[in-house]
Amino acid sequence: MRLPSWLSQHLAALRAVLVFTVLLGLVYPLALVAVGRLPGLAGRADGSLVEAGGKTVGSVLIGQSFTDADGNPVPRYFQSRPSVAGDGYDPTATAASNLGPEGVVDTVAADPDESRQSLLTLVCARSRAVGELDGVDGRRPYCTPDGVGAVLAVFRADGLTGRITRVVSVNQVAPATPFVGSWQGVPVELAQPGHDYVAEGGIVTPVRGDAPDKPAVPADAVTASGSGLDPHISPAYAEIQVARVARERGADPAAIRKLVEEHTTGRALGFMGEPAVNVLELNLALDARFPTR
Amino acid sequence: MSMATAGAVFALSLVAALVAGYRPFGDYLFRVVSGTRQSRVERGIYRLVGVNPAAEQTWGVYARSVLAFSAVSILFLYAFQRLQNHLWLSLGFDPVVPHGAWNTAVSFVTNTNWQWYSGESTMGHLVQMAGLAVQNFVSAAVGIAVAVALIRGFARSRTDELGNFWVDLTRITLRVLLPVAVLGALALMIGGAVQNLSGGTDLTTLTGHAQTVTGGPVASQEAIKELGTNGGGFYNTNSAHPFENPTAWTNWIEIFLILLIPFSLPRVFGRMVGQNRQGYAIAAVMAILALASVTLTNVFELSGHGTVPQAVGVALEGKDVRFDVSNSATFAAATTLTSTGAVNSFHDSFTALGGMMTLGNMMLGEVAPGGVGSGLYGMLILAVITVFVAGLMVGRTPEYVGKKIASREIKFASLYFLITPALVLAGTAVAFATGNNSTALNAGPHALSEVLYAFTSASHNNGSAFAGITVNTPWWNTALGLCMLLGRFLPIIFVLALAGSLARQQPAPASEGTLPTHRPLFVGMVVGVTVILVALTFLPALALGPLAEGL
Repeated sequence: MRLPSWLSQHLAALRAVLVFTVLLGLVYPLALVAVGRLPGLAGRADGSLVEAGGKTVGSVLIGQSFTDADGNPVPRYFQSRPSVAGDGYDPTATAASNLGPEGVVDTVAADPDESRQSLLTLVCARSRAVGELDGVDGRRPYCTPDGVGAVLAVFRADGLTGRITRVVSVNQVAPATPFVGSWQGVPVELAQPGHDYVAEGGIVTPVRGDAPDKPAVPADAVTASGSGLDPHISPAYAEIQVARVARERGADPAAIRKLVEEHTTGRALGFMGEPAVNVLELNLALDARFPTR
Repeated sequence: MSMATAGAVFALSLVAALVAGYRPFGDYLFRVVSGTRQSRVERGIYRLVGVNPAAEQTWGVYARSVLAFSAVSILFLYAFQRLQNHLWLSLGFDPVVPHGAWNTAVSFVTNTNWQWYSGESTMGHLVQMAGLAVQNFVSAAVGIAVAVALIRGFARSRTDELGNFWVDLTRITLRVLLPVAVLGALALMIGGAVQNLSGGTDLTTLTGHAQTVTGGPVASQEAIKELGTNGGGFYNTNSAHPFENPTAWTNWIEIFLILLIPFSLPRVFGRMVGQNRQGYAIAAVMAILALASVTLTNVFELSGHGTVPQAVGVALEGKDVRFDVSNSATFAAATTLTSTGAVNSFHDSFTALGGMMTLGNMMLGEVAPGGVGSGLYGMLILAVITVFVAGLMVGRTPEYVGKKIASREIKFASLYFLITPALVLAGTAVAFATGNNSTALNAGPHALSEVLYAFTSASHNNGSAFAGITVNTPWWNTALGLCMLLGRFLPIIFVLALAGSLARQQPAPASEGTLPTHRPLFVGMVVGVTVILVALTFLPALALGPLAEGL
């Protein structure tokens, strides 16, 4: 019996799908799993896990939070970058923030659970916190001294033009002090929860302020990574943490700095990627060389 | 060395590697698709599938074979996801919801690999490796096969025969994709990509937090994900995840794998039509557009324009330290210039103009160099349109590599070109008209960019995202699934119809009136036509999104 051609074609398609599923979906990956059992590759194929004191404490490729149970930084350890994967460095919920470059206005709702910080405020708040922890200047351009985005909603008489009628510092609520007292002669108000000043017609105006062009807190300390699991920090971020870690461990800062250098990897072949410090490896080495009591 | 200098060397080293690979790898591809000696494994596969490898197909039969294979693949993948809780290695995950399973099935079969889900919390290992990764291979092979059928249309005369889809599919998969994927996977494993069947390792971190280090057959999937310009990540954060892309040098390898086949296919074109210089001309068009795009993306990202990048100092949000800004920008350009859509950094947090480049790359039609196969056939369509436009302007006979471009050919080419803009712009408009744009995370022009990006990515079968937008709703999954399906198979049907029409023609001998199509003049004209067509189509939409935000 000859099948109609449309049917025989679909049967051929089904058989092809099944054949390729076995070959490419089982044989190929499982053969590579088997190769991954070979000595030398096995550690990496299993996730580059590391042990300390006989227990597995992490993977050198996966970052982790060096914080206490309340989420506060443990000062004797070098700190990782901010992470938005789950509650931070959760490999079962990897994520980036996906917040855009002009995300500068916080949502200040009457219900604090519905409030949402803009990317700018997140950056400013992180910069201020790192500055305080490591004893460096936490100021940044477009940030208020109290660590939120320095952004005004400027209302004009005729929408986009005309005299200024009202100015609101949109990311600051009571009891804060407006980061500028007045804007072009008009006194600056604090934001009231529950208002959307952009929808109400305010022109969003970020204010640069007088913070230095090159802030003391490095960029990677105030931005969330793409993977949410970034195992590295920049050498600059490691450098500002040296003094604190040395103090906490009663060690010579020069010795700590040397350890950081030993755990800094340069560019691959001299031109790929950027120099980076693996935070977990560095902290493990710290515990081995400069144990705390 | 500054980051900009190192980044430039990084990009130039990729260019050098691709130039070095063009002839040997292109010649190898040529031998694979034009050879007639079948290996024992291949003969076994033809027997199991029940096809005669010596029988050639007309364009209609070839197209119906592509569609039958893809339809069965979609149903198979849908059932696989819906039943995953009953299968081995499901990691305890529930069946995938129906609208999500539809979207993902279409997504992987169309070489899009748009992902509404997080791999680590939705898909078991078996679905990933025996469902999704299989389509990474065969959807790529389908694209190359269709491109080869179009080339046969140019190369052959007075025939209805365009080759045999099942033979092309099998030979491309076994002789090109599988061996290179094995090499790529081994390199990634050496770099640290995981390859196991573990459900995860629970551990306690140095400061006492619980952490689950995930496992999975990642390296094998990662290699073909890049090589086949697929892009669907094993994990949610895709090639930013250290288990998918552990080091700066694996990042180089991944970009190389993305670009290897698309940039080598013009060589196959040149060899098959018997004029290598025609291949060089097409490769030159691709290279000019790609270099311009990679350069601009790097410039925009490194300049760090915008309020938040200026507050930070550099545009580092959504980027990992080991890649930093420049290598992230180069990856972003490569992934959107092709139909890959894998990301090693998050385009949503790019500077407004850097983000616009990723959108613009896709809107270019993914022809520079484009997806595996789809890039070449897209570029050949543009060459056909250019020949026609040039013919109108200077009174030359519209001919391309010995074939007349008459009304039938130009109709297929125009229909091909019109499909994706129609899907993108209509889809975006419908999303706003029905209020489904409200799932965008950001506000203002950036929200339009997020919606526009989603439809552009789906319709062009890219799969990358301005990932802030929530698309796991029945409306979004259905709408984007339709865009992926129509954006893939309608163009394929028109390409094959064009191939059939070209193959039937007599060869037109070159005359005084023939426009040479291998000279710099023609290369420049194809570049011009490509950019102008895209600009005319998409500029209004771009002006309301990224341009409004960035200027």
